[in-house]
Amino acid sequence: MKNDGKTTALDLDWLLCFCAWLITFVSTLGSLFFSYVMEFAPCVLCWYQRICLFPLVLILARGLFPFDPKASKYALPLAGVGWCLAAYHSLLYAEWIPADMQPCTQGISCTEVHIELFGFLSIPYLSLIAFTLLSAILIVLQRRTPV
Amino acid sequence: MKRTVFIAAAVALIAAFFVGSHFYKSGRAEKLGFMAEDNAETFVRPYSPTLGSEEAKVYLVKFSDPACETCAAFSTYGKQALEAYPGKVKFVLRHAPFHKGSDGVVRILEASRRQDKFWETLEMLYKRQKDWTQNHRVILSRVWPLLPEVGLDVERVRSDMNDPEIARIVQQDLSDARALGVRRTPGFFVNGKPLEPFGARPLVELIQSELRIQYPE
Repeated sequence: MKNDGKTTALDLDWLLCFCAWLITFVSTLGSLFFSYVMEFAPCVLCWYQRICLFPLVLILARGLFPFDPKASKYALPLAGVGWCLAAYHSLLYAEWIPADMQPCTQGISCTEVHIELFGFLSIPYLSLIAFTLLSAILIVLQRRTPV
Repeated sequence: MKRTVFIAAAVALIAAFFVGSHFYKSGRAEKLGFMAEDNAETFVRPYSPTLGSEEAKVYLVKFSDPACETCAAFSTYGKQALEAYPGKVKFVLRHAPFHKGSDGVVRILEASRRQDKFWETLEMLYKRQKDWTQNHRVILSRVWPLLPEVGLDVERVRSDMNDPEIARIVQQDLSDARALGVRRTPGFFVNGKPLEPFGARPLVELIQSELRIQYPE
């Protein structure tokens, strides 16, 4: 029975890590879809968020095989920074921060186009949702991991 | 088991990405074809500068930015198509000044049209692009000395380019570009069909396939 309990705990941890990886992978493919298929040029803030996002796909995948519960330790800093950037970006987008402070510049032959899925979900919000879920899962995973 | 779940998820997501991009692109092409029939105006406005015969059935529309290097590199293809298929192809130039400061150059271009020097000015601006752009930025002060080369009355250009009518044309072109999903320049359409994938060879093939449809042997 003892042994069983241990296996379940490991499985739950693994599952959490897998979910975190799933979020990063879906977000990565989504952001590539926006830029390469829909041809939205990423703005500066988008790029900074991508810097935090893309490596997580590999870091978390590496943590899954063989399972290393400490993966969260390495993934959380990136997820945290990404979350801060996404939050700032969303505040800018929602105009809570004055627009003239907006650091997004027009890239090479890029227009300022923002899409809103289902009428309200813009790209910055999608990023914020992804980073929030990701950080939450990683924090839970870290709490469950014995130091 | 875990490995299988992981690999299955990865493969499924990557497949979804490619299937999604295929559907997005074919959906866009379909929508634009539909727009070309019902909303031809979005592709060609009555004021748009054109080259070629009025009778032509194949319209090559180019959304162009004078400061865009690829637009300059592609400027020969329109001409080649006009020469290769006389009377069958019409070239339409639309403005998409996406670069910083480009709209000033576009307004100069539109002003040059009033002196019947539009195409000469455009060709000269493309050729001398390196002289008046730096790191994709327009340096308008370097454009002025080039204008007399094509015989433009610079003073007249200066006053004409501030005409609100010209500003309206630029705005309309930009909003049409947005409506048609042009986010990079040059943006090509042949009878409403977007150039996909982008490239010189696909452009030639797109023109030829449209010629075959419009002028069956």
